[in-house]
Amino acid sequence: MAAELSVRIEDKLYQNRYLVDAGRAHIKVREHTVPTPPLLALLTACPARCYELNDKGQVEVTVDGCVECGTCRVIAEPSGDIEWGYPRGGYGILFKFG
Amino acid sequence: MVEERFDAIVVGAGMAGNAAALTMAERGLKVLQIERGEYPGSKNVQGAILYSDMLEKLIPNFREDAPLERHLVEQRFWMLDDRSHVGLHYRSDDFNEQRPNRYTIIRAQFDKWFSKKVQEAGAVVICETTVTELLRNVDGKVIGVRTDRSGGQVMADVVVLAEGVNGLLGTRAGLRETPKATNVALAVKEMHFLPRETIEARFNLKGDEGTVIEAAGTVSRGMTGMGFIYANKECISLGFGCLVSDFQKGGETPYGVLERFKRHPSVAPLIEGSEVKEYSAHLIPEGGYNAIPQLYGDGWVVVGDAAQLNNAIHREGSNLAMTSGRLAGEAIFQLKARREPMTAENLSLYKTMVDRSFVMQDLKKYKDMPALLHTQSQNFFLTYPQLVSKAMQNFVRVDGVPKREKEKLTLKSFVAARSWAGLFWDAFRLARAWR
Repeated sequence: MAAELSVRIEDKLYQNRYLVDAGRAHIKVREHTVPTPPLLALLTACPARCYELNDKGQVEVTVDGCVECGTCRVIAEPSGDIEWGYPRGGYGILFKFG
Repeated sequence: MVEERFDAIVVGAGMAGNAAALTMAERGLKVLQIERGEYPGSKNVQGAILYSDMLEKLIPNFREDAPLERHLVEQRFWMLDDRSHVGLHYRSDDFNEQRPNRYTIIRAQFDKWFSKKVQEAGAVVICETTVTELLRNVDGKVIGVRTDRSGGQVMADVVVLAEGVNGLLGTRAGLRETPKATNVALAVKEMHFLPRETIEARFNLKGDEGTVIEAAGTVSRGMTGMGFIYANKECISLGFGCLVSDFQKGGETPYGVLERFKRHPSVAPLIEGSEVKEYSAHLIPEGGYNAIPQLYGDGWVVVGDAAQLNNAIHREGSNLAMTSGRLAGEAIFQLKARREPMTAENLSLYKTMVDRSFVMQDLKKYKDMPALLHTQSQNFFLTYPQLVSKAMQNFVRVDGVPKREKEKLTLKSFVAARSWAGLFWDAFRLARAWR
């Protein structure tokens, strides 16, 4: 089963078109020392694996590969763990097929 | 940005927004449509199946120039265990008709075409612009929008919120709640490219005939979920969706489930050797009737996925979107024609029209299905698929065991897994929710 789940998400995202708005992340993680359960859930629930643990055990987000589905918003915005906005007009994922 | 005042502003250029904008522009209303993507469609994701009836009500001759993929002549439902599928397969030459009923489409291409029709009808469509806020007067009535363009305020009599399942505007303004994790599914999808002839041979199709496979079972490891395989002309749309609350609890990854689906022995041969050109993800409203928010208020209406209008049982969303968008446009036009203000009371006409249409009637019919499938997911998506698969194997495998003995074994396996009471209640609840 471990082999089955070793999917390289980077390879998948590499096929996509993005216009990255450098320096303006549209999702922010609230500062924390110990991640809450909703934040930890994002490590596996995000389909673009934008959320990862840093070496201090905190959850960090890198939005460059974000496909703007809103899953993390549904899971972690109500608790205030993340702030979610749309990228500025024209930026972010640009679906070729959709 | 735009100085003038509009009769209506439509936020979003998906199915619902385009339907609303087209309906109003065709009737002479001054319409501004604002889309945050680079072009209409660039932020939109769907399987995708197009339902002709609902589009014909908007664009009767759409078949002349719409970018359609294949008309569907066949539907397959698969119940999967890890190594097999038990299927229900319907194919009919009746679907090779003059005006086919359903088509596969590719949304980015289709939405561009749809938007062209909206613009030809006279609406002003602005892309690459994100609406950041609803403007309200002292009484709380919505009177326009603020965008992320400089000086980006625009005023209108009414705002149509067609901002999609993850719409921020309406939730931030307190017009409705953010969807709950138990009421939305996350679907991930890949576009698999193959030569046209290969697709036709693998799916037993000729010409522009198309087929749809929908599959559920052990792939989702007990999560409420479903996979789909749609044949387009030169590519296959393949995806899998599960409830967000299940992903949240279980620790499964969406791409892990997708990979398992792709490697299933019934699926792998269909996509073998393909080139994947896109990976997308999208939320799907699954809460049904009980999750529908307030649909109108002073100076606003909400349509399509933003209003959670999706029939999860029949996997219909875009037609509910097109229909709700059209009805919103018609209601607004009627009020405008009678010179009546866009108050909540007057805009309730939109809700009345949606209630009378198939949209609300279908959602009402299945109002108890989400609760049943979402709370019984282990049974419906893991236990039963395994039991049914074993039963089928037992039925077809010839091994010298007397048939009566085989039937006994099958029945025993069901009772052992679910108990008589469990089987009875599952059947009862399913029948009641379906009714």
